[in-house]
Amino acid sequence: MNRNTACPHIEPRGYKSGVKPVWCPGCGDFGVLGSITKALSGLQIRPESTAIISGIGCSSRMPTYLSTYGFHGVHGRALSLATGLKVARPDLTVIATGGDGDGFSIGGNHFLHTCRRNTNMTYIVLDNQVYGMTKGQASPTTEPNWEKGKLTPSGTGINPFQPLVVGLASGANFIARCSSSDSNGTARTIMEAIRHPGFSMVQVLSPCVTFRPEQREWKKLVQPAPVEATSDAAQAARRLLTDKGLFTGILFRGSRPPYQPELKSSIENIAELEEEFCL
Amino acid sequence: MSRQSLSIALTGSGGSGVMTMGNMLLEAVAKAGWYGIMTRSAGPQIRGGEAAALIRVSNMPIESHDDSFDLVLAIDPASMGRFVAEIPLRPDSFVISDPQGGRRSSSLPESPAKVIDLPMKELAKSVKGGRPNMIALGAIASVIGLSETSIFAILKTMLESKGADALGASRTCVQAGFAAGADLLEFNTPQMQQDTDTQRWGITGNEAAGLGAVRGGVRFVAAYPITPATEVLEWMAGVLPSVGGVLVQAEDELASINQIIGASFGGLPSLTATSGPGLALMTESIGLAVCSEVPVVVLDVMRCGPSTGIATKTEQSDLNIALNGLHGDAPHLVLAPSSITDCVFTTQWAVHLAESLQAPAIVLSDQSLGQTRAIMNRPADITFMARRSVPAQSAGYVEENYTRYAIGDSGVSPMAIPGQPGGQYTADGLEHSQSGAPSSLPEDHLAQLDKRQHKISQFNYGEHWADIEGSGELAVISWGSTCGPIREALARMRDQGQEIRLIAIRLLAPERPSEMAAALVGVKRLLVVEQSHSRQFHRYLRAAYDLPDETRVLNRPGPLPFRPAEIMARLDDWGEGTGS
Ligand SMILES: Cc1ncc(C[n+]2csc(CCOP(=O)(O)OP(=O)(O)O)c2C)c(N)n1
Ligand code: SF4
Repeated sequence: MNRNTACPHIEPRGYKSGVKPVWCPGCGDFGVLGSITKALSGLQIRPESTAIISGIGCSSRMPTYLSTYGFHGVHGRALSLATGLKVARPDLTVIATGGDGDGFSIGGNHFLHTCRRNTNMTYIVLDNQVYGMTKGQASPTTEPNWEKGKLTPSGTGINPFQPLVVGLASGANFIARCSSSDSNGTARTIMEAIRHPGFSMVQVLSPCVTFRPEQREWKKLVQPAPVEATSDAAQAARRLLTDKGLFTGILFRGSRPPYQPELKSSIENIAELEEEFCL
Repeated sequence: MSRQSLSIALTGSGGSGVMTMGNMLLEAVAKAGWYGIMTRSAGPQIRGGEAAALIRVSNMPIESHDDSFDLVLAIDPASMGRFVAEIPLRPDSFVISDPQGGRRSSSLPESPAKVIDLPMKELAKSVKGGRPNMIALGAIASVIGLSETSIFAILKTMLESKGADALGASRTCVQAGFAAGADLLEFNTPQMQQDTDTQRWGITGNEAAGLGAVRGGVRFVAAYPITPATEVLEWMAGVLPSVGGVLVQAEDELASINQIIGASFGGLPSLTATSGPGLALMTESIGLAVCSEVPVVVLDVMRCGPSTGIATKTEQSDLNIALNGLHGDAPHLVLAPSSITDCVFTTQWAVHLAESLQAPAIVLSDQSLGQTRAIMNRPADITFMARRSVPAQSAGYVEENYTRYAIGDSGVSPMAIPGQPGGQYTADGLEHSQSGAPSSLPEDHLAQLDKRQHKISQFNYGEHWADIEGSGELAVISWGSTCGPIREALARMRDQGQEIRLIAIRLLAPERPSEMAAALVGVKRLLVVEQSHSRQFHRYLRAAYDLPDETRVLNRPGPLPFRPAEIMARLDDWGEGTGS
């Protein structure tokens, strides 16, 4: 940690806690960790004013590896922890991270309502289209004919969840897709997501090299979207409907005001509140 | 002064305005200087259906209903049928009912009480915009000796917003009812309390719990509506903004509990309120609060379970889940208020304990406390406030090598608050080392389990762990709302010269073995009273404490409350056998 107030600039490595990640060698999540530290350094946000919040999964290990405040909660509830923290402490930069299972399966309801609520925070989903931590089951974003999941040996047979479509429909105020292979590009997008008011979601394609080794090919397949970000939700929706999931970049910048109830500092005496009970 | 009281039940079909009338009557008796309680009883209908306002007025503070009712006023005769079990009557009780349409005798339920006719509907018809409930209000007022003007004053404050016509019609109806009531019957009403120095309050248990939370320092609430806890939230939503706090209506209970954990991690004392189904959903995350050592308060206003059960009725059957519902070894606090007044104290104390011990506290209230409005003495101010141990800062920084989960003497380790430079750590529901980094080492697991257990077990809870009242070889042990009728039963027995003790447990977890042993010194016979079908409380007592050989149990499920006479009868008729 940087205690030298005379020289406050913090390099990306200054945002690392020094705890060694448990991830498999080659896991895409390393790249995303790097991008997060670059983004925080790029914005020069103080580590003590930042909180990284997660649920459970390989990707949800993120907070431990950062030198900010962090909360590693239970499976699926990262966005709820983050919402409570941000509403209570609007002065903090709050970032939730986690996997596709954590966010869209067990945590799906919170995803919908966090988009809708539009609290001013950033959600980075490390999407590997599989449950990594529990050793390779299909996730909500897995394609229907993937037959390597032991619980679904003939494939799930059901269409994958479309996180960005659902995010847009539910009211997310900033929507982007990145690839863990593009460390600097992802860092820039995360910076923009943090700066954008309201709820920003960033889907990062982050290969699970152990259970989906074919995802190593993603770095060759992803390409920047040929168009600029739009602030028109209808246009964003049309683009998503023809999207094969491999275009990267910022798709949508909305302008809905964030949800942030005012926490008044002028405080009424409790005795005054009690007057309503007096006879 | 000895206790004198009068019990009145008002029943009506949906929309007949029974609750409005009940509230006005309670307000009027309060203004006249009496104490009282009013419990709402309703069927499952959202609107409509039958409703009853169960009112007891007294010359001294009361905590429970009486053995039977003196007077029932059934605005619609048929409405009374639903509440026969809740409204026990005696041969010298009266039922005032509307004879309209000659349906009276067929639709009133059988009872030993004397039936008196009062043509409320007919009288109301003669007034433009008149309503039978206002006729009834006037009649009751004159029967129990309230002045007409006192009712007019209440009409004015409660109906002013409805306009001059509505107010005028109500006044005329009250007048007509008052005149009609004058010759109906006469009652020995309780003498008014003379001591005007004591400030009296009108408050429900749910409001009282909300107030205790705010007094204790709670400034963040996230919750999902559920009967019978919703009024806690409604009250808090109104007042929190004025004390710098906020209430968030969450998408479900999983969100509620996690939002309050997040807010508390951010430094704001936080609470959620729910009922059994919601508590069940929250249990995984209450364990997260245990493991990550984040203080939160979960108020469970119990109703009949299991599953959706009977949403509008009371029971003490969430004890098991509150004590044992968390997976793993997860020490936490469980507290229960034993009266409406105590809802303020116990909730405030729960906030203080949760914050001091960096642990979740579950407070078990119930529907009968929560949805009863009491006229009572203003609860004393207590000084318990949220006081969390946070690391000291020097020159703006938390001291070097700050370790969030450091093992120390008390088990409580300073908790850095986001924003404190140098205090950064990751709160974790994974087992962790002292620094907070995930660890699966057996020594870390043991050390942190010991830490979390030790901080809760070693804390000095002082005398508040239970209310111990009276002395003697015969004792009753109970918790929560059943303590109300027990206190009255014991007061009556003491008046008859019997020595008898009450142990009303406020702190259900952690267990207090030496305090309990002291409380039981000299007790030869012990009666356990609880409102649970499977005797959850008795099982808990047997597991946690050494009980006298002669221990008996009086238990039954909700929704019917215990009556003082029933408890006296069980104590008188001790009988042979184990009874347990
Ligand atoms: C309540 C609960 N159910 C199940 C699990 C087991 N579990 C842990 S992580 C996980 C899935 C993780 O998948 P994902 O969120 O996609 O993250 P990844 O590991 O792929 O990064 C599951 C099912 C759990 N921890 N808690
Ligand atoms: S299992 Fe997959 S997602 Fe998890 S660490 Fe290994 S490569 Fe990454």
